[in-house]
Amino acid sequence: MGKLSHFRRSLKKYKWLLLMTLPGIVYLFINNYIPMYGVILAFKNYNFVDGIWGSDWAGLDNFKFLFNSQDAYIITRNTFLYNFVFILLNLILSVFVALLINEIKEKVISRFYQSTFLLPHIISMVVVAYLVYSFLNADSGLVNRLLIKWFGSEGISWYGEPKYWPYILVIVNAWKNVGYLSIIYFASIIGIDKEYYEAATIDGASKWKQMTRITIPLILPVITTMTLLAVSGILRSDFGLFYQVPMNTGALIPTTNTIDTFVYRAMIQSGDIGMSTAAGFYQSVVCFVLILVANTAVRRINKRDALF
Amino acid sequence: MKELKLTKYIGPSLIHLFFWLFTIVSLVPFILVFMVSISSEDSILQNGYSLFPSHISFSAYQFLFNDFSEIAKAYGVTILTTVVGTVVSLLITALFAYPLSRPDLPFRRTLSFYIFFTMLFGGGMVPWYITYVNMFDLKNTIMAMIIPNLLLSAFNVLLMRSFFASSIPESVIESATIDGASELKIFFSIVVPLSLPIMATIGLFNTLSYWNDWYNCMLFIDKPELYNIQYLMTKTLTNIQYLLMKSNSSAQVGDLLAKMPRETVRMALAIVGIAPLLFAYPFFQKYYISGITSGAVKG
Repeated sequence: MGKLSHFRRSLKKYKWLLLMTLPGIVYLFINNYIPMYGVILAFKNYNFVDGIWGSDWAGLDNFKFLFNSQDAYIITRNTFLYNFVFILLNLILSVFVALLINEIKEKVISRFYQSTFLLPHIISMVVVAYLVYSFLNADSGLVNRLLIKWFGSEGISWYGEPKYWPYILVIVNAWKNVGYLSIIYFASIIGIDKEYYEAATIDGASKWKQMTRITIPLILPVITTMTLLAVSGILRSDFGLFYQVPMNTGALIPTTNTIDTFVYRAMIQSGDIGMSTAAGFYQSVVCFVLILVANTAVRRINKRDALF
Repeated sequence: MKELKLTKYIGPSLIHLFFWLFTIVSLVPFILVFMVSISSEDSILQNGYSLFPSHISFSAYQFLFNDFSEIAKAYGVTILTTVVGTVVSLLITALFAYPLSRPDLPFRRTLSFYIFFTMLFGGGMVPWYITYVNMFDLKNTIMAMIIPNLLLSAFNVLLMRSFFASSIPESVIESATIDGASELKIFFSIVVPLSLPIMATIGLFNTLSYWNDWYNCMLFIDKPELYNIQYLMTKTLTNIQYLLMKSNSSAQVGDLLAKMPRETVRMALAIVGIAPLLFAYPFFQKYYISGITSGAVKG
């Protein structure tokens, strides 16, 4: 009884604070929790008239249909491989860049570099698509014109040849994200206590030694967390990169289709609600499992850096 | 000894060289698009896109500004959604984060988990889309470009919570409570003014993502008069005709299309679309960098 009245009193005391969270609670419910319930569509034959509740159950048919098609393999492979390369390449490049910015002692110049290479990160993928188009369009794009001028070759129909796109997308992704990631790593390098370096300099350690023995080990926790977070989302992809940048070109689909673009196309272009929900559900479940695994791994390495 | 001097001499200049290259790589695509937009259509047809156009002409911009209504409308939609979206999302984020930063709040752990779980699992795009279209009837409304982005990420809430917890002294809140201030008053007249750095950071993140949004417009909007600037750009990149959509008669469209400097007008639209962002960038880049930095070093 005493406990209950204490609880009541504390509820009353915190009434306003609890009410403040209400907009967020309602919003998350609509935006995140109702769609979680909506995954039952993956097990239904959805039709718009009967809605989520009324449509007939389909059992595992949607999944069978998805995994029996060639698509499931291709989109999983594409999503996985692209992300794998992105994670590895971006990590190497951005840590390298971060180590180099740290070597620049003039603050104004360092700031200038940082703001210019952050510029690609603030623009939308639509603008990126324009930039890529200005380089690659077949008739007047810069690359073809230079190919013709310098090598006398015919020029390449970039938007008609899927085989080039793995390279193009990797370059575009690095162009857009390396600046941003390197600033995150740079921030954690600045956070390192200067005393380590002073002591190392007294001991006569070279720049290289300081980098490999002090800087890298000390930013390793940030690197681990960032990488494991990226790994846990390895079946998600940047929709804009894979949809806007290739300009939704049909000919490029073999090398530009990922789970996210597949789900979008299956829903909007073919109206196949059941199968596209099934594909999205498959993606969410794998990502969920990977997050749990990644988090356990981080906890093993360093408890403090774990997500939860 | 000699070698040491050499590395001392070469090292810094090599690093600067590397960063100049990096800077050029970051900027050249923008410069190219700009140069194409001020080239004459003839020089493009002859020489293709070039960083050094042989003939400069502003006819693409003239074409765009002759009938600015389509672009003005798209700008209007973008500005409206950006302003409303940023303000409301900042409010919701702060209102959720602040109570979570109070150590004695009942249900604190439950509420944290409620938001945290959304980072772990999602229903996917299709159920999300159906929720908005069928349950809330947001198709072809301005709201469809505002509501889906309101709580961009649970991460922003957690970031703000740590800021409140570490930067607002407990004693200030206590003394205000003793003076009889209500929680809402404490929040708006003490907590918010003390938290301007984090408000600016999250506000900036939200502004950028509203300004850059095309995804919600593509999903939820069919009516050309509700297109935002990013989506108008998307449509125009693949189909130049979208710029001329307001004309009802197809004969007129054909006529205009024939007169349109196609190649350059595309790039001019791209410049018109990103210009506000590029002009504002020098002013906000400082806050943007410190925002990313504060997010990286988790509190």
